[in-house]
Amino acid sequence: MKHMTRKATRHVNQNEGLIFEKSSAGKAAWKLPPLDVPPVDTSELLGSSERKDLGNMPEVSEIEIIRHFTRLSTWNYAIDLGMYPLGSCTMKYNPRVNEAVARVEGIANGHPYQPEKISQGALKIFKTLSECLIEITGMDAITLQPAAGAHGEMTGLLMVRAYHQSQGNARKKILIPDSAHGTNPATAAMVNYAVENLKSDSRGMVDIAALEAQMNEDVAALMLTNPNTLGVFEQQIHKIADILHAKGGLLYMDGANMNALVGKVRPGDFGVDVMHLNLHKTFSTPHGGGGPGSGPVAIKKKLEPFLPTPVLITKSDGTLGFEYSRPQSVGRVRAFYGNFGMFVRALAYIQANGPDGLRQTTEDAVLNANYIRKGLEGTYDLPYSTPTMHEVVFSDKLQAKKGVKTMDIAKRLIDYGFHPYTTAFPLIVPGALMIEPTESESKEEMDLFVEAMKSIAEEVEEDPQTVLDAPHSTRVSRLDETAAARKPVLRWKPTG
Amino acid sequence: MRYLPKSPADREAMLKAIGLGSVDELFAPIPAEYRLSRDLKVPRQMAESEIVDYFRQRSRENGEGYTSFLGAGAYAHYRPVIIDSLISRGEFLTAYTPYQAEISQGTLQSIFEFQTMICELTGMEVANASMYDGSTAAAEAVMMAVRLTGRRSVIVARSLHPEYREVLATYATHQGMPLSVAGFGIDGRVNLEEIEKAITAETAAVLIQSPNFFGTIEDVAAIAEIAHKHGAMLVVSIAEAVSLGIVEPPRQADVIAMEAQSFGVPMGFGGPYCGVIATREKFVRQMPGRLVGQTVDKQGKRGFVLTLATREQHIRREKATSNICTNQALVALMVNIFMTVYGKDGLRELAKQNLAKTAYASEQFAKQGKVLFAGAPRFNEFVVQTTEDPYAINRRLLGHKVVGGLPLKKFYPELGNAALWCCTELTTRSAIDTAVGLVAEREGSVRTAQEEAAEVAR
Repeated sequence: MKHMTRKATRHVNQNEGLIFEKSSAGKAAWKLPPLDVPPVDTSELLGSSERKDLGNMPEVSEIEIIRHFTRLSTWNYAIDLGMYPLGSCTMKYNPRVNEAVARVEGIANGHPYQPEKISQGALKIFKTLSECLIEITGMDAITLQPAAGAHGEMTGLLMVRAYHQSQGNARKKILIPDSAHGTNPATAAMVNYAVENLKSDSRGMVDIAALEAQMNEDVAALMLTNPNTLGVFEQQIHKIADILHAKGGLLYMDGANMNALVGKVRPGDFGVDVMHLNLHKTFSTPHGGGGPGSGPVAIKKKLEPFLPTPVLITKSDGTLGFEYSRPQSVGRVRAFYGNFGMFVRALAYIQANGPDGLRQTTEDAVLNANYIRKGLEGTYDLPYSTPTMHEVVFSDKLQAKKGVKTMDIAKRLIDYGFHPYTTAFPLIVPGALMIEPTESESKEEMDLFVEAMKSIAEEVEEDPQTVLDAPHSTRVSRLDETAAARKPVLRWKPTG
Repeated sequence: MRYLPKSPADREAMLKAIGLGSVDELFAPIPAEYRLSRDLKVPRQMAESEIVDYFRQRSRENGEGYTSFLGAGAYAHYRPVIIDSLISRGEFLTAYTPYQAEISQGTLQSIFEFQTMICELTGMEVANASMYDGSTAAAEAVMMAVRLTGRRSVIVARSLHPEYREVLATYATHQGMPLSVAGFGIDGRVNLEEIEKAITAETAAVLIQSPNFFGTIEDVAAIAEIAHKHGAMLVVSIAEAVSLGIVEPPRQADVIAMEAQSFGVPMGFGGPYCGVIATREKFVRQMPGRLVGQTVDKQGKRGFVLTLATREQHIRREKATSNICTNQALVALMVNIFMTVYGKDGLRELAKQNLAKTAYASEQFAKQGKVLFAGAPRFNEFVVQTTEDPYAINRRLLGHKVVGGLPLKKFYPELGNAALWCCTELTTRSAIDTAVGLVAEREGSVRTAQEEAAEVAR
């Protein structure tokens, strides 16, 4: 307990019920201007379609709403409060200028169907961001339409399928390493491909011999995360690409970990044919408690005819516009053009960094992960000693001997003032502790983290029960998830 | 670089601690031939003031200061200022998906309230924590019906948003889901006979939108009866959430796929928006997306957790209900705050103002010419048919800083010179009068009732 005061202290935390419990008839937080047109008889206009009652919708005043949500907000941990080392999630600083520029009048209020003539500002943002992302990835073309990473995966695999179809055979399956995110196999299933598991070798990389044995004309693509979920760069990447290409397969790269590569190496240069990016990871758009994201898909030239519609073009008069008629397109994956508000934020981030800042950012992210690795090596088991890029994966092997698992250590970390790391992923490491500091952490913050992790390891030896019962400092203790799933209560209902 | 919290001395000390001589050694695992030895060709590092200036310039090139009559799936409603002040709190803005419930109760409770209010408004029993948008929610809702019925074919109303139809077609391509389309009648509603004719024992779902793309409110009960008689599910898409304040929700539906952008989300040139799926309790295990449930902690204190995760990709991998992972949490929070601000009476009054403005506008247009689909109730959109090409009309309006209705030629060539107009509580009477005047300005540009009758007689 000796370190706890260094990072966190406890202070008064307000209680707050559900908004429905504060509601009473006649309170209001709204006021409409007087109607400047004749009022209408709603029953006459709508007949049987008229709604008479809005049920249990709340009635509260403005100050109550402010306090309600402000109190709720204080029950959350956030990047703004401290280190958030969730491996594979890339919880980096979300610059505030991004939020400011996304709210500028013509950008926030532009209608997606306003004439192109008065949409040139939005379209320029589109074009500039597209060009930046193409340069950063080393690819040839891009679509910004997908709404999140998994949506980008689906879009990418649709293009893979369309490409193979155009070659006369859509092929049957997708190879996916055992270290992959769950979205990869789920996406393959949505595009009606079978999933074939590809095992990792003793260094945590793709087993080249296995890949060679499994690769044949039925394989449409390999979905590869690089660096992979162990934070390890696939050193044989050129060989992997060659094996796939030799049999007509495509290399899909899950760009979830692109923050380890920006400015240092480009996927397009090492043989990737199609990849998605997560603007909410590498390009700093806020996670917002689980979205919105944005999942652009960058591709090589040969996949260009299959891009989702519409595609941004420069017209003969030099203005920008959308092209809708593209006969080989996979079609549309979302209404309108994508999560435009996230494009604005990502572009502002790229501008704030420039080429030098982007490179320094990548270097710092990798430096930070290696600093933590060095700090915790010996205290926690490191199942793969292969060099680490932007994240490091330990296991709970040493602590498990005392009956303490990765989730227990994670929960105890909360008492030390940190958000937990990612637990129990990747699946190839039993009892994984997946730690990604990102570039946003100072040396001081990481020293505190290492200190906290070491202190917990000591507690596991001396007093494991304290760790098993953690967290002790939160407004709720560990919640009964089994009960929640067995008899789901998914909404509030009035009592009596 | 101003976002990086390290001095050169810090970096030196850290490298030394790791036992390395230079940063380059950290990148040694990357084969040398692929390492980039030049600067990326992206804009140079800019000051904050320059960035703000850049986007202000783009804003000025982006319809700033125009009066608009566009709707069609993106609606201009007033956004109470407390929405942005609350969602800008770092604890909401910069938190991740609430996997660690003990330090995420704020996000979790707010989603639980969101799910509750969506249920109240739609008349459904359960709602998820959000989907990407209305179009993908509709496609996922249909796939949910396919899983639940064990059938594969789908009937889609032609009066469903054309881009939603396109998205469904993309999702359905490789699922072996044959789609057929049911047209609309002269009242703008789905043609019931066409549904009767198309529906078979293989039909998994009938997908409609209400109010539909033309703003017309569908006869949901009649469509539900046909679908249910044949063992198919009825999926209803709602693109204009404000309609729920005054229009009876489609309670007869089995699944509702909603776009909640109207509830406090900026139009933002098309996104990010907020899709939601709501359904009956008995279908919950086939519903995609995140769900928050109520439970208790070790001391018996009420708390909230993400639940029923066994439907999801990180547990079920290729057998999951969907690949959705990140959703639209922060946008759902905007929606939640909006619903809380307007509440029980406010939503009704807000919807009534939309109805009144639209009734006035459509009356004014009807005096000058032809408003289609007059035979059925509508909410805040209507279709105006003209003799003049609507693109030509809009070019004239644009000169007066007015953005006219959406020309429908691209989506519905059969309607000829028609445009979809929308009014909300923000549309003023004078803007309506100006627009009507400008449309009618060119002599004979608007079909009069007499001309119409004469044409029919010929």
